[in-house]
Amino acid sequence: MATKYSILSLARNALNHHKSWPQAWRSPEPKTEYDAVVIGGGGHGLVTAYFLAKEHGYTNIAVLEKGWLGGGNTGRNTTIVRSNYLWNESAALYEHSLKLWEEMSEEVNFNVMFSQRGVLNTAHTQNELRMTLRRVNSNRLNGIDSEFLTPEQVKEWVPIIDTRQNGRYPLLGASLQRRAGVARHDAVAWGFARAADARGVDIIQQCPVTGFDIKDGALQGVYTEKGYIKTKKAGIVVAGHAGVLANMAGFKLPIHSRPLQALVSEPVKPCIHTVVMGGGVHAYISQSDKGELVIGAGADPYNGYNQWGSNPITEETVAAICELYPIFKRMRMLRQWGGVVDTCPDASPIMGLSPVKGIYLNVGWGTGGFKATPGSGHTFADTMANDRPHPINAPFSLDRFKTGHLIDEHGAAGVAH
Amino acid sequence: MLLIPCPYCGERTESEFSYGGEAHKARPDRPDQVSDEAWADYVFMDTNTKGTYFERWVHTYGCRRWFNLVRDTLTMEIHGSYKMGETPPKVDVKTYI
Repeated sequence: MATKYSILSLARNALNHHKSWPQAWRSPEPKTEYDAVVIGGGGHGLVTAYFLAKEHGYTNIAVLEKGWLGGGNTGRNTTIVRSNYLWNESAALYEHSLKLWEEMSEEVNFNVMFSQRGVLNTAHTQNELRMTLRRVNSNRLNGIDSEFLTPEQVKEWVPIIDTRQNGRYPLLGASLQRRAGVARHDAVAWGFARAADARGVDIIQQCPVTGFDIKDGALQGVYTEKGYIKTKKAGIVVAGHAGVLANMAGFKLPIHSRPLQALVSEPVKPCIHTVVMGGGVHAYISQSDKGELVIGAGADPYNGYNQWGSNPITEETVAAICELYPIFKRMRMLRQWGGVVDTCPDASPIMGLSPVKGIYLNVGWGTGGFKATPGSGHTFADTMANDRPHPINAPFSLDRFKTGHLIDEHGAAGVAH
Repeated sequence: MLLIPCPYCGERTESEFSYGGEAHKARPDRPDQVSDEAWADYVFMDTNTKGTYFERWVHTYGCRRWFNLVRDTLTMEIHGSYKMGETPPKVDVKTYI
């Protein structure tokens, strides 16, 4: 069991010049057999492993990570957490997550710096304005805090925003979820890795899966770069490579993988205390604790597995930021990067069973997976342990593309993360 | 920024084009007679290859014609384009993990 982090342990280690902190998690070699493996050591995968161990009694499980923990989209997103989704199915899933976010730091004994600073979703066309009002009403019916702000109220909440109504996309209103906010994304991966490791989960990094051993439609094991691992259960919990793994297992998914971009500016004094997302103009902004502006952009309009994204998208986003916040026109950007997101046609994830017995899917989170990290892992662990959908993730099954029960969240999530 | 070779107009920047997804997916002859599964397979399911990908594009802000492109989705290298109905060019097909 790892040392409990507390003010006392901090003081004790300070006396020793911080030389005797134990490793936060082990780096074991893979065993030849596991009761279950989770493919993907991002937030979703680590949470899945944590709850498999904590709530379902699994003691012999592993997380297989191709690169390093949180080195994929967990460490590449703009860290926004909210639950103001339009449809009942999504509202249930994301609100379940938001409630877990509120107690996450205590749950894993690791400060994930969850800051409920509020998220504004702005509207810039008449159609977007109508959708915003509809979504606010829908949220409230689902018990999710959500309110509508007029341009004057937006100006009061975010004084630097331009409400002069003379741009190409004037600000017409916004929804505000006060319980929403941001969290430190690396800390989520590290916190759950440490907590899962403490419960005996083997976290194996630098271990890409290269194939599946399937006999008579049932999983027998997985091939990895560190050798063959015998297992009857594997959860695919990856971002950017769901299609690659599905192809290895012999089935196809309704997923397009595309780079989604983000940028950060040079650090400046506090100037924006909340998160503002403009879905219609593809520009999201918040300010990190270090003072950098964290800016999110749109996804490329065509498939790609590169982690940088296309230039026209960057230009469009920066133009929208300058239009909405004239104060930032001379701001210099420090870094720009991309993360490969697996987008589904209805902008909702795929969770549940796959065409192969023993392979479970928790993929296709598209542009908005970070906020769902705890709820996704929590319900998916239940699915993996009991070989059936969890009531909250059941509507998100792969079957919905055959039955036509799509959960169209383009209005709330199409480009927003 | 991609420089896309339209088979009718030559090389133009990517912002003149729109994406049409995976190429060479045959539409079922009688949609009213296929199963839901076959229809879902045609409408939604893609190989979404990481590597050499055959895909459809349309030159929206140009000649407005559809054509096929062979592109590496990881390196962004374009191997060539060809008109609808033509045989794809021979390329060294790659996939990555």
